[in-house]
Amino acid sequence: MNPEDKSADLRQEIDRSVCEGGIQAAAANMEALWRLNPSSSTAAFLVSRIEKIRESLNLARLRIALLRSCTLEPVIPLLRASAFCFRLDPDVHVGNYNAYMQEILDPNSSLYRFDPDVVIVAVRLADLSPELWQSYSALEPAAVREAVQHVYRTLEELIKSFRGRSHAALIVHSMEQPVQTAFGVLDSQIGTSQSDAIHNINRELRLIAQQHRGVYVLGYDNLVARHGRLFWQDERKLLTVRLPIAAHGLVHLANEWLRFLVPLSGQIAKALVVDLDNTLWGGVIGEDGMSGIKLGPEYPGAAYQALQRALLDLSRRGILLAICSKNNRDEAMEVLEKHPGMILRPADFAAMRINWSDKPQGLREIATELNIGLDSIAFLDDNPFEREQVRRSLPEVLVIDLPSDAMQYAFAIRDFQAFERLTLSLEDHERTLLYSKQQERARAEERFQSKEDFCRHLQQEAEIEQATALSIARIAQLTQKTNQFNLTTRRYSEQQIAEMAGNPSWEVLSVRVKDRFGDHGLVGVAITHDDGDTCEIDTFLLSCRVIGRSVETALLSYIAQSALARGRKLLAGWFLPTRKNTPAAEFYALSGFQCHPQNNEGQRWTFNLEEAQIRCPEWIRLNVLEGGRV
Amino acid sequence: MTDKLLEQVRQLVSDIFSVPLEQVHANSSPETIEAWDSMQHLNLVLAVEDKFNLQFTPEEMEQLRTVDEIVTIVESRM
Repeated sequence: MNPEDKSADLRQEIDRSVCEGGIQAAAANMEALWRLNPSSSTAAFLVSRIEKIRESLNLARLRIALLRSCTLEPVIPLLRASAFCFRLDPDVHVGNYNAYMQEILDPNSSLYRFDPDVVIVAVRLADLSPELWQSYSALEPAAVREAVQHVYRTLEELIKSFRGRSHAALIVHSMEQPVQTAFGVLDSQIGTSQSDAIHNINRELRLIAQQHRGVYVLGYDNLVARHGRLFWQDERKLLTVRLPIAAHGLVHLANEWLRFLVPLSGQIAKALVVDLDNTLWGGVIGEDGMSGIKLGPEYPGAAYQALQRALLDLSRRGILLAICSKNNRDEAMEVLEKHPGMILRPADFAAMRINWSDKPQGLREIATELNIGLDSIAFLDDNPFEREQVRRSLPEVLVIDLPSDAMQYAFAIRDFQAFERLTLSLEDHERTLLYSKQQERARAEERFQSKEDFCRHLQQEAEIEQATALSIARIAQLTQKTNQFNLTTRRYSEQQIAEMAGNPSWEVLSVRVKDRFGDHGLVGVAITHDDGDTCEIDTFLLSCRVIGRSVETALLSYIAQSALARGRKLLAGWFLPTRKNTPAAEFYALSGFQCHPQNNEGQRWTFNLEEAQIRCPEWIRLNVLEGGRV
Repeated sequence: MTDKLLEQVRQLVSDIFSVPLEQVHANSSPETIEAWDSMQHLNLVLAVEDKFNLQFTPEEMEQLRTVDEIVTIVESRM
């Protein structure tokens, strides 16, 4: 069937499902339609259908304010359609044309009234500094320096004022290079080149962003270069409707925004499960054998090495790799261990399912083994049949659409927004190692009769510390990513964490866990604040890596003890149920809290500190680090 | 050729203005389609440009006032 007929069929099926209330079928076909033809018209179609079934779709809402010096409205439907595939529902407020400055500086502006989660600043150099853009050749070196300084100081002022007024994440477009420079080839010979001037602005912008929490630079010039500077804009559209991007480029900007919005909203892939034959290498090991498969530095094996390098980069970003392949295990392992062309080795994978079960089964087992939700798993397979089977039976899994040409595999992986991270913690670099320690632990657990025996054997140490400048990023990351053992699931940005940590009536605590098998890193967070006689537990969460090891009780015992020491009489907290946090549902009851009548949102629990105690389990050594307060 | 083109343009118009395909005809225009205002007109122009991989001149953009006219101009550019 040709793509046009296929897309007409999909449209009809979507409308039928929408009409009959078949939400899941509608959503699956809407994603399929977008993959088939990601264009403005498809986006308009999808947005009108999303509006119709929005309430039943269970999408995460995201309030985005777009501040701009040019026309960008046509990108918004494309953003909404593309975001839909990541279960996001962006609500976009577009600032007045070229009014970005007033909107940021005026605390009563529509920007702040909108109360955005994310703000995007898309300002063109041509608008910020017409002289650097249009009359560069007339400028003396001193005038160039002054103009460059003026641009980055303006951006700095915007960033600073914004940060003082809002907790929202801020994404600032970097400045674009012109298609042709004012000096022609001379530009590459002289000291005061126009390209250098623009590079300098972008470098300063990056340095300014680094000094503020939650401020990110979108490499706009890289985006333009990636798609071809000459073809990126349509000069006539710029002159008539102030639209700086040609029709075919709009979707690329929407997708670039998503590289930030997807990780900001926590809809990220924590693990990537890969197939082997025709994915990690060319050919089928069971038929072609060690010497027949394509994998090496030359064509065509180089395509697979490029993919493996991309996977290794993801692994260093903290994304776990796993294998799910229909193969004879021994044959596949021989390649993984011995093939000279392999860049990845068995130790790079946190879990493996090499057998003849179907893929949905393998993916479920891998999710259980790695202790992460299916919606945190991305799936990579060259076979469209396997991809479709996974999409239909496990709609939560993020299935990556691979092009049919293996030479484009690595690009598709690097292009996938759910692998983006906006910050990296020490834990991210070592995640695969942490998981292999986890497997040793799991084997040890099987040998023990009772949980207590096992916990004693682990020789755990919980190190509790007030938030420090170094731990804030990781603490914010845990509030954004932790779904299972999380009593209130409140998501906080780094700057919100920093603000709470700096407030004397609040405590932001982190817990780091070590045991005989190694260091788990920073895996738990508790945030409390004192209010009269009460110490209110705002946030209490634990990474799934350490659930069921009594670490939660150790942390709670410390909170109770220090609240009592500060003269509080009551410990209080909410349990706010979500689809995923049942592992934490019984926590307050098991810890001896009293339940109060429930409201619509959740359960209220209290603990009288004067009448009872919460004891730290004897098998955990509690170590409280002094000082370190932000 | 023109028939196929007409179908393609009708689909774009139906998508952009959220009007059922069967209500979009060769003579549909801002007068017959309520959602066809100036902002949406830009979205339609961009959708047509993206679909047929071309760029209209500002003069052409002004002329694109009915489904039929869009078909004619696209055809002349192919």
